[in-house]
Amino acid sequence: MGLLDAKISNRNVLVTSVDNVMNWARLSSLWPMGFGLACCAIEMMATNASNYDLERFGIFPRSSPRQSDLMIVAGTVTMKMAERVVTLYEQMPEPRYVLSMGSCSNCGGPYWNHGYHVLKGVDRVIPVDVYVPGCPPRPEALIGGLLKIQELIRMEGLGISREEALKKMAEKSVDAQQVLDKTRKAAIA
Amino acid sequence: MEEAANQMSPAVLESKAAYDIIRERFGDAVSEFDANPTMPFFEVLDVDRWVDIALYMRDNSLLQFNYMACLSGMDYPEEEKLGIVCNLECIGKYAHKIAVKVKCKRDGGSIPSVSCVWHTANWHEREAYDMYGMVFEGHPDLRRILCPEDWTGYPLRKDYQVQETYHGIKVPY
Repeated sequence: MGLLDAKISNRNVLVTSVDNVMNWARLSSLWPMGFGLACCAIEMMATNASNYDLERFGIFPRSSPRQSDLMIVAGTVTMKMAERVVTLYEQMPEPRYVLSMGSCSNCGGPYWNHGYHVLKGVDRVIPVDVYVPGCPPRPEALIGGLLKIQELIRMEGLGISREEALKKMAEKSVDAQQVLDKTRKAAIA
Repeated sequence: MEEAANQMSPAVLESKAAYDIIRERFGDAVSEFDANPTMPFFEVLDVDRWVDIALYMRDNSLLQFNYMACLSGMDYPEEEKLGIVCNLECIGKYAHKIAVKVKCKRDGGSIPSVSCVWHTANWHEREAYDMYGMVFEGHPDLRRILCPEDWTGYPLRKDYQVQETYHGIKVPY
């Protein structure tokens, strides 16, 4: 699937489309904005640290929205913070991606009813590409979400809108249970 | 009374001793002592004398309540009142601690500020004001501390209803 899986001829020549090269470059150096809002940020930091080592995916937090492609909304977004999140999002150069990490930023989480101060889902103020469920999600889950972002980038190309890319990605999605069953059967056999 | 005193734990007895000194000085301005085993307390009935009582509690050599551990707001809808609960302790000299309750009217009520007595009270009173809406008279900087400044309503009142929108963003789920 990846660019490096393509056959390289004996003179080190690789023939592929511009889209492929562009997408490969973009998805292999996703730079998230380094900001965390609550406990999810701790998991995000753990994912960045050596045990899970996000840098093997080329993912490295940047300290300015102007240098970032990806915003990981890690934590509870309060009403006060919501406007700041919008400002930060607007400061990011396009194409930009948003990953909503954890129940709070997905839908308000435990504050959905009595949390007067919590925004009930960050998608009320900015468009979200990938939601990662969990409270907080484990690093594996966050990595799963980041791989989804990479997959989304792979679907993109010149003249293909984000909606079309998302649709393409949905068509290519596989049922996790089937994969699990298949793997189990193979392991037993 | 003697029997009740016998049942009190040593910690509550210490609080009682401290209370007796306050009671002797201020008489009916303070309520009876409540020997609550978790946090013994009394209420200030004459709210106007709250700052005097606070200063006395801090400066009297036998009391020396030099540390305000916490100041919390309260809502009593049945009594039509708002209030504060101050947890006071002495650091360095005595082991006694006591809670003081002060109440005011629910609508437009005010409580004298003790931020000049314990600086801790400054932000705690701002928080109580932010969440319950009672005014602290003589507070140097009584603004909201947690909610945005243009927030409507006081969130921890029992009858609070969250506003529909804030700066065009829908607030309820």
